[in-house]
Amino acid sequence: MINVIYFAWVRERIGLPRERIETNAATVLDLIDELSAREARYAAAFADRASLRVALDQKLSSFDAPLIDVQEVAFFPPMTGG
Amino acid sequence: MRIVVQAAPLNLGAETNTFAANAKGAGAIVTFTGLVRDNGGTLTAMEIEHYPGMTEKAIATITTEATTRWSLTDALVIHRFGRLAANEPIMMIATAALHRTNAFAAAEFLMDYLKSRAPFWKKEISASGAKWVAAKDADETALNRW
Repeated sequence: MINVIYFAWVRERIGLPRERIETNAATVLDLIDELSAREARYAAAFADRASLRVALDQKLSSFDAPLIDVQEVAFFPPMTGG
Repeated sequence: MRIVVQAAPLNLGAETNTFAANAKGAGAIVTFTGLVRDNGGTLTAMEIEHYPGMTEKAIATITTEATTRWSLTDALVIHRFGRLAANEPIMMIATAALHRTNAFAAAEFLMDYLKSRAPFWKKEISASGAKWVAAKDADETALNRW
């Protein structure tokens, strides 16, 4: 089981802030493909990969990163702090 | 080093005075304050979302690097989240160093990194609707100068 969290417009498009998912996805990309295949709202949220960022266990990461031992995956748009 | 992520309004004067009072051994303090732009009077409010847990960690990493690189004697970062009105302070930083050059450089570095590496997302609410603020390419390229 893995915790998946969504922020900003990713959260709005999917329609929920977080969920627990049973998955065998090996990498972030595998997880994106798996979620996108589920329902149109996921496919819509993950359609534009260039505008997506991912954090693994609260550290900015890359789409090809492995999910082994990861507890928390977060998807969000590029950050706009400051 | 002090890092605060809060919904409450910012008291710029009180925070600056406390920071200055504790800046023993420093010769310079630089402060920066970011405000909610009113977009020519069209903005109703700004909503700021963040990633509790990662936000504090990301700011701590950035602030620690600034402290090391510019030998800061102290640093402060306060960033707000939630619903803010036009012209309200969104965030402030303060850097203390022996000389002003380092305090200024560290403040610029902090701002460049907070902009695109601290997990905050801004949404502008106006009469015509709500819109997520898009990150600018210039914000990302600004990191290259460091």
